[in-house]
Order: sequence, then C-alpha cells, then structure tokens
Amino acid sequence: MPEQKLTGAQIVIKALKDQGVDIIFGYPGGAVLPIYDALFQQNDLKHILVRHEQAAVHAAEGYARSTGKVGCVLVTSGPGATNAVTGLLDALCDSIPIVCLSGQVPTHLIGNDAFQEADTTGITRPCTKHNYLVKDVNNLARTLHEAFYVARTGRPGPVVVDLPKDVQFAEGTYVPPTEVKHKTYRPQVKPELSRVEEAIELIASAKRPILYTGGGVVNSGPMAAKLLTQFAKLTGIPVTSTLMGLGAFAASEPQWLGMLGMHGTYEANLAMHGCDVMINIGARFDDRVTGKLSEFAPGSKKIHVDIDPSSINKNVAVDIPIVGDCAHVLEDMIRLWKARQKQLDKAALKTWWAQIDAWRGRNCLNYHRTEAVIKPQYALERLREALKGKDHYITTEVGQHQMWAAQFLPFDQPNRWLTSGGLGTMGYGLPAAIGAQLAHPGAIVVDVSGEASFLMNMQEIGTAVQYRAPVKIFILNNKYMGMVRQWQELLHGSRYSESYSEALPDFVRLAEAWGCVGLRAETVADVDKVIEQMLAVTDRPVIVDIIVDPKENCFPMIPGGKAHNEILLGPEDSPSDATPEDGMVLV
Amino acid sequence: MEEKIEKHTIAVLVDNEPGVLARVIGLFSGRGYNIESLTVAEVDNTGHTSRITLVTSGTRMIVEQIKAQLDRLVPVHKVRDLTDDGPRVERELALIKVAGTGDKRIEALRLADIYKANVVDATLSSFIFELTGTTDHVEEFIALMSQLGMVETSRTGVLAMSKGAAGF
Ligand SMILES: Cc1cc2nc3c(=O)[nH]c(=O)nc-3n(C[C@H](O)[C@H](O)[C@H](O)COP(=O)(O)OP(=O)(O)OC[C@H]3O[C@@H](n4cnc5c(N)ncnc54)[C@H](O)[C@@H]3O)c2cc1C
Ligand SMILES: Cc1ncc(C[n+]2csc(CCOP(=O)(O)OP(=O)(O)O)c2C)c(N)n1
Ligand SMILES: [Mg+2]
Repeated sequence: MPEQKLTGAQIVIKALKDQGVDIIFGYPGGAVLPIYDALFQQNDLKHILVRHEQAAVHAAEGYARSTGKVGCVLVTSGPGATNAVTGLLDALCDSIPIVCLSGQVPTHLIGNDAFQEADTTGITRPCTKHNYLVKDVNNLARTLHEAFYVARTGRPGPVVVDLPKDVQFAEGTYVPPTEVKHKTYRPQVKPELSRVEEAIELIASAKRPILYTGGGVVNSGPMAAKLLTQFAKLTGIPVTSTLMGLGAFAASEPQWLGMLGMHGTYEANLAMHGCDVMINIGARFDDRVTGKLSEFAPGSKKIHVDIDPSSINKNVAVDIPIVGDCAHVLEDMIRLWKARQKQLDKAALKTWWAQIDAWRGRNCLNYHRTEAVIKPQYALERLREALKGKDHYITTEVGQHQMWAAQFLPFDQPNRWLTSGGLGTMGYGLPAAIGAQLAHPGAIVVDVSGEASFLMNMQEIGTAVQYRAPVKIFILNNKYMGMVRQWQELLHGSRYSESYSEALPDFVRLAEAWGCVGLRAETVADVDKVIEQMLAVTDRPVIVDIIVDPKENCFPMIPGGKAHNEILLGPEDSPSDATPEDGMVLV
Repeated sequence: MEEKIEKHTIAVLVDNEPGVLARVIGLFSGRGYNIESLTVAEVDNTGHTSRITLVTSGTRMIVEQIKAQLDRLVPVHKVRDLTDDGPRVERELALIKVAGTGDKRIEALRLADIYKANVVDATLSSFIFELTGTTDHVEEFIALMSQLGMVETSRTGVLAMSKGAAGF
C-alpha cells in the first residue's frame, strides 16, 4: 500500500492527537491559516481562542501544571510569536512542559524582512528549552514528536516549533510517535545507588535534619509526592518547601513547617539556618530561598536531588549530589532506609522538634486583626474556610497577594497551586486559571489577584466568558502595587514612586460589561457573604473586588542580602538597618 | 577566600544542525562565561556531527557549571573536559603576514625557519607564514614578527585531543 500523503497542516493535527493533546490555546493569523483550516475540519482537538498570545502560553501552563500533561499553544508569525515570548520564558523558569507552534513566513522568504517575519528561533532560543525551524514537510512529524519528548522529559520546559507556511501546505508522510527516538537527549532518571547509600548514612547520622523540597517533586508527578510523604513519616524529619513545591507535602501534616524563603515562615527559615543535614529534593537553591549565600545554613551538610546536573553546585556547593528523578530517588531512599533498618537519634530529634515548636510559638503569620478594615490575610483565611473539602485549584498573579496566598492557603495535594515563581509574571494568574478550569471543568478555580496584576491580562475575561469557564477572580484590591510599595517603604524611605494604582475601573461594572458576575466587599462583614456568592456561580466568571487595607505589608520578610536568622516578623522590626548596601542592589 | 581561576579546554560533540553554534555561544554570552577561543567543524559527515573545541576560564564551580550547561543543550552528544582528562595534545594554526624589505625581511625568514613556519605566499615585499603549534609557540612567533613588520594575523584557536588509545 502506498504511503498516505498528508499536508503539513494535517500532519500537525495528527501529531498533536497522537501526543494526547485535547486542548490547544491559540490565536490565528496569516502564517497559520492552513493549520486553522485543518482544525476546522476535525472535532477531536479543541481550540481555545485567547485574546493575547502571552495568555495562550499562561493558559497552557495552567493546563499543564494542573494535569501533569504537556500544554499546547498555536500562534502566528511575527507579533504572534513575540507576544508569546513572556509566556515561554515563564514556563522555562518554572520548568513547565509546553509545546508552542508558531507560524513563519514561507521558507523562500525567510531572511527577507517579509511581512510579519520575526527570527522566532533566534528570539526564543534563550527563552525555551529547545526550538526547531521545520523546513521540510517530511521532517515535520518527527520534529513534533521530538518536541513533545523534549518538553516533558528530564527537567520539563517549553519547546517552540516554527512552521513556515509553505511547509503547512506541502504534502509529506506522517510517522507515528513510536517510531521517533531522540538521538542525543536522554536525561538520567535513575540515581547512582552509591550516592543514595551515602545520603542514607548521612541522614541517619543527623541530629537536626530538614527536608527542603521544591517544584521538582511536582514535576516528577503524584508518585513523588506520595513517596516524599512516606519518607518524611518514616524518618520524622520536618518538611519545608519552596513556593513552587507547595502541595507536594500536605500542609495538614504535623511535620509541615510552611514555606521557606524571603516570605517563608519563621520556623521554616530558622530550621534551615540551624539544620545539620539538609535534604534538598527537587529545589534549586534560588536566591529568594537562600538569602545571603555566605550565611546560608552554615554548618550543614547538604544532599541535593535534581534531575538537571546544571542545578547542582550552581549557587550552593553540596556534599552529596544525586542526579535523578525525585520519585526514583525517593523510592531508593525508602527502600535502603528500611533495608538497613536506619533510625534517627530519637533524643536528638525530640530536641530538634522542641526547638522548632518554640519557633512555631512565635506565630509568625499573625497579623493585626481588626473590624475597621479588611486585612488581605483575613480575606484569604475566609476563602480557605470556604474552600475546605471542595475540589479546588488556586492560581495567583504576582505581588503581596501571591505571598499571602502562599502563606494562608493550605495545599494538601500537588498540582493544585499554580503560580509564577521564577519569572514572577504579573498577568499569569487569570489565563492560568482558565487553562486549569478547562482541564478540570467541575472544580473551583480561584485566581488570587491584585488590582494591578489583573489589569495586565484582563482581556482574558473574554476567553473565560466564551468558553463558560467559571473562574473566580479574587482581587485583593489595595490600590497599590503593594509589593513595590512595600519595598519602597522599607528600602527607599517611603517614597512611593509610581506605585499607586491610579484610575482603576469599577471592577463590578467591568464584570457586568462582560456578562460576568461582579461582587464587592468593603467591610469585614461583607467578606463571607461575597465568598459564598462567588462560589455559588458555576456558569460564568466572577470578579470579586475585595477592598483591603492599602498599607498592609507582607511578613515575615528576609530583606535582600540578609541571612535566614535576620528575618523581619512585622512592622515593629526595624527595617532601616535591615538592608546592607550590597543587599539593596538585589532584586 | 578568592577562588582560583582555572583555564580549561573543553571538547563538545554536537549534531551539526542549524543554530547549534548560536546555542553554544548564546550560553556563554547569556550567562557571562568567558570564551578564550572556539573552533568548530564537522567531523563526521555521515552522522552530521561537529566537534567544538573551546577554551574557557573560571573558578572550578563555574567550569563545572559551564560543562553541565553545555551538556543539557538538546543537540549536544558529549562534553569532555580535556584539561581534567590528563595529558593532551593542543594545536593552533596561524597565518601571519609580514611586510617589509631589507634586513627585517631576512630576519623574519630566519626566525620562520627556527620556528618551523612555512612560507605559503611571497612577494618582493611580503611573506605569509603558516605556523602550527601550541598556543605558546604561536604567540612567541607572533611577538617576534610584530617587531619585523607584521601586518596581519589569523588564528584558528585551539584544537585538542587527549593522548593515548581511548577515543572521544
Ligand atoms: C514576589 C515573589 C516572591 C517570592 N518569594 C519566595 C519565597 O519567599 N520563597 C520561595 O521559596 N520562593 C519564592 N519565590 C519563588 C522563587 O523566585 C523561585 O521560583 C522558587 O523559589 C523556585 O522553586 P524551586 O527551588 O522549587 O525550583 P523550581 O523552579 O520549581 O525548579 C525545580 C527544580 O527541580 C528540578 N527538577 C525538575 N523536575 C525534576 C524531577 N522530575 N526530579 C528531580 N528534580 C527535578 C529542576 O531541575 C529544578 O532544579 C518568589 C517569587 C516571587 C515572584
Ligand atoms: C510584568 C511585570 N511587571 C512588573 C513586575 C514588578 N512587580 C512585582 S509585584 C508588582 C506589583 C503588583 O501589584 P498588585 O497586582 O496590585 O499586587 P499587590 O502586590 O498589591 O498584592 C510589580 C509591579 C512584575 N512582577 N511583572
Ligand atoms: Mg495591589
């Protein structure tokens, strides 16, 4: 039988289906019309029309992070591709698997400054894990399968496939995914056993151990989270996590210390500072976590589990590096721990926990409770109560509200918390919420938002309305770019340069203009009522405008360039002498 | 404590596909690493692989980071630190043009002989010398020629290979 010829556009559709894609987020234009035509003629792949290409990538990130699958994006050439760049870098920084198809001018025009031409592979090279320009239709299927493989394997990330228009029209042969094996890219998932053995011995000798876990556990999959929990319980070691790892270890577990880092809890940061053995599982010693490097966990021995060898010994030199996938490594650790009948020194562990409990006693997330004004923390506490026992996902924008959400909302499962950590992209939360909602139609999806961040991608309300995605946009409206204002207060003599949110819209009427539900809470008494009304809406988006204390600051805070034990707990801690000059230059 | 800066010669085997050199160079510029020299050419024209030899410098931690970053590029097959791998052969090729007449011209020719440089072009007022050798050897010769009317140089940068029977 002669091989069946397909057009490039048909090959794209077939490859996506064979890769298990059910939803693609995109925006049309001249250079992708053949693919849109092929989309029109089929019913398996659902296309979600966003309102801006950046949002297409964030929506795909929301889809990917909440399902563990690869998120898929389709944009046109030139401005379509450049608009997607922020989203791509966001996915790179947070290790989110994305395949983004971009249209390109026909091959014979590449390099001619043609209409809507951009050097997409050039522009996106440092913003992607890998990218391809497909010039021959007979390489198309193979390249697409490779793109999915690269996006999801090892340390996940975004991959761009640039598709000239003539290649989309040309006829070629299709090859199924099973026939594609990558020539060079084979990340190591199974650890070297001798390293795991060394790690087990070191852990067993610890007096003040801590598990510092990160986004890698979420990347690895639900099994890794299970094994992490099992290992923690088996050993009794306290657990903290980065912003990106929240949910991998349940916040309801007594061994949970809360998030660590710049806005982490007092107990988590002091336990990191005072530990003698640190077990880093899938975290990357980010500067928001380590603070001042020379005083980071002094006197500790460090174990680092990471699938990406370039994460190891990058910022912090470690004693036992273990290259491998979290789930594989944890499995080996548990097996060896049991086989060798290891146990921590019970008395030492008891003393360590007593010390941690004393730190916990500081009650670092406490805030000034008042009836006079809605504190953002209060609004989140009420949201937490209302969501208890309900199937839900939380996304955030970037700023104080994001940090308060991380501190005040508990996550008991991985993949439920979607936030922009590495790039810190304002405008991430709403499109990510739409992506998560479309992947989980029956669940409650809340975008914890700030009034300034919301404005960055608010056009996506249109997308949410069109696809009846009942996302809840929970705006903690402090009328400031609060996080900027906080830094200006603490580090720049309260000179609030350009951080006031002037000329805000009436968010309730804005919602109504789109046919959504708009709600507002102005007093403490309104909060529960508004949350209840918000959760009752299931057929359209809701925008909730919570008018909160404009001057509230987010604590605890470790100022830039400071060590974990120099953490500020509240406004009463003097900030002025807090930041050395070399700390001021840090972001 | 100031960490010691080390110089390393690293060989990288890559798929010879469009953009691969841009990826490698972009890594160095984007992350602020040093490149002292870089040479590249296809070494297997059936498998379409190229070998990049680069000389870089940094603290031990940075050099390790450079190797890890190179290795995670998707089209990279292998990364080998030839400096860590033990004895190796390093060679550079240089073309050096010297212009002039009289004593200086004669002296240049005499020195070329001592340094085993070949004359690959000659006019009544110029020579082009071709020289291969270690970087030190090439630099010594260039230093001498610069006093004898050197007008142009072109160098390949370092090519390197580990000694002994084992292959890359
Ligand atoms: C305003 C703001 C404030 C912030 N404050 C804080 C803060 O207080 N505390 C905090 O923690 N963060 C904070 N962040 C986030 C911070 O910038 C980083 O994004 C975050 O700390 C990185 O998390 P991570 O170390 O878990 O790494 P990730 O970025 O999640 O990286 C995952 C790591 O795991 C590895 N990995 C991936 N897959 C696997 C696998 N299968 N097996 C093994 N390893 C794998 C990767 O190679 C990588 O090294 C803040 C961000 C913003 C925007
Ligand atoms: C795209 C982008 N631009 C600028 C910033 C810098 N930035 C970080 S937080 C912030 C203010 C966010 O304000 P808002 O959304 O109201 O949140 P709040 O801090 O008030 O809770 C800004 C401007 C950013 N993170 N992203
Ligand atoms: Mg705000």
